Amino acid sequence: MSLSLDDVRRIAKLARIGVTDDELAATQLQLNRIFGLIEEMRAVDTSGIEPMAHAQDVGLRLRADEATAPDRRAAFQAIAPAVEAGLYLVPKVIE
Amino acid sequence: MQWEVVIGLEVHAQLSTQSKIFSTASTAFGAAPNTQTAVVDIALPGALPVMNKAAVEKAIRFGLAVNADINRKSVFARKNYFYPDLPKGYQISQFELPVVEHGAITLRVEPPKGEAYDKVVNLTRAHLEEDAGKSLHEDFHGMSGIDLNRAGTPLLEIVSEPEMRSAAEAVAYAKALYSIVTWIGICDGNMQEGSFRCDANVSVRPVGKAEFGTRREIKNLNSFKFLEQAINYEVRWQIDQIEDGHKIVQATVLFDPDTGETRMMRTKEDAHDYRYFPDPDLPPLMIDDAWIERIKGEMPELPAAMKTRFESQYGLSAYDAGTLTASKATAAYFEAAVAAGADAKLAANWIMGEISAQLNREEKTIADCPVSAERLALMIKRIADSTINNKSAKDVLRWMWESAKSADELIAEHGLKQETDSGAIEALIDGVLAANAAMVEEFKSGKEKAFNALVGQCMKAAKGKAPPAVVNEILKKKLG
Repeated sequence: MSLSLDDVRRIAKLARIGVTDDELAATQLQLNRIFGLIEEMRAVDTSGIEPMAHAQDVGLRLRADEATAPDRRAAFQAIAPAVEAGLYLVPKVIE
Repeated sequence: MQWEVVIGLEVHAQLSTQSKIFSTASTAFGAAPNTQTAVVDIALPGALPVMNKAAVEKAIRFGLAVNADINRKSVFARKNYFYPDLPKGYQISQFELPVVEHGAITLRVEPPKGEAYDKVVNLTRAHLEEDAGKSLHEDFHGMSGIDLNRAGTPLLEIVSEPEMRSAAEAVAYAKALYSIVTWIGICDGNMQEGSFRCDANVSVRPVGKAEFGTRREIKNLNSFKFLEQAINYEVRWQIDQIEDGHKIVQATVLFDPDTGETRMMRTKEDAHDYRYFPDPDLPPLMIDDAWIERIKGEMPELPAAMKTRFESQYGLSAYDAGTLTASKATAAYFEAAVAAGADAKLAANWIMGEISAQLNREEKTIADCPVSAERLALMIKRIADSTINNKSAKDVLRWMWESAKSADELIAEHGLKQETDSGAIEALIDGVLAANAAMVEEFKSGKEKAFNALVGQCMKAAKGKAPPAVVNEILKKKLG
């Protein structure tokens, strides 16, 4: 599988990464190299092997249901670009 | 052309935990904005999610309640999209391997026309995920305000197969599901606060056609009434479009309760390209048999089982048993009344009749009923032993509603006790017969109506305090 320039544009847009036209070809090459590596791995016979969802063979750690986090709004909002009435302000979004 | 409606529902049930699914911030509703957020919820770089055990337990409870498969291993995935109320840029959800799969629920459908019927709806899956924050679009100098208190609240998304064929079936399904999640204590069911929200996938196809039509998804319906209205509107709209020669285009729509119409959300061409992948921050969720067995042992009797028991144990009709077990609180109230000595059938009638009507008028639930089950039971005992008749009982109930007095106190206070001494009733009837000789003659000459008139005279003489059945019986004997 290899990506077209349009694929690269689309992925960049979905990921909200600004890729200029100058950078497109280089990005395409890099991504296609990754796909090449994936193709190589796909060539290995993995039939009968259960796919892993995580690199480590461990189970999820669970914690008790206790609401212990303190209110740290003031500290969190000290580094926010804009706040008002306890809210974070962002450029207007409307569905 | 005859059209068939196809509906599948996705329900987001907010799990009633103390803390969030991946952080120890509180989930309590209504706090000041952003005061219930931890580093994970606001997505500070490097903050790692730690799974809440109670959220998993509640998912398992749900799986057990609907006879579903509980996956011993399930996987959390990132659902990627950009929106300011989702600061990480992805929602942690489950994709390929959800915690619960399959299962089914049985519902009672009451269509607007025709007989009520039972239907089984199969579930596709139920998966754990986190809720997003809230965007407020009031005017903040042309900006939107973001409150992340809700971000990270645990949700169970329950997905049905597209097996419903009318708005009535969709509503019955949503109500049955609501009853289950509140019954087993995994969701507080507060629809105004968004604890139980429905998305409906709706399509239509010509009757007899095997393939589904193109569906449109109605988002975020937070009442059963809106669910019904939105589906009915959407179905009419789709049929009109097709009959006018248009094609249905897959879309996400919102329901506007003010106009009763659905309208398309601004289409985002990439909206459905979520690029799911397993979340590297979270290894697979493992659930062992011992854990499932332990939860199984803690499960309450479920509505369907309780309904069957009410029919056999109390001799109630299927309808009565179904109505009483529609909510756990109502079922408990009924059983408390019976335990306190009330006749089961009478208790069922009073709870489903006068009490439920009065609660509806006052927009209260049975939990807030000012008349306890024990007080109701005493009143019902007084009906059963003929101390009062049904008509006086209604007054007694009303007075009990407004005071803390017992049925016995109110019966005494208002002099409602019926004459139960048959000798006294006989004397009273003799008096009436003597005073109404003409009527007696009419009856004897074959006028049946005169009998009712005589009963009326007797009841009047008794000031309504003689049991009608006893008066009837004595009167018949005397005239016969």
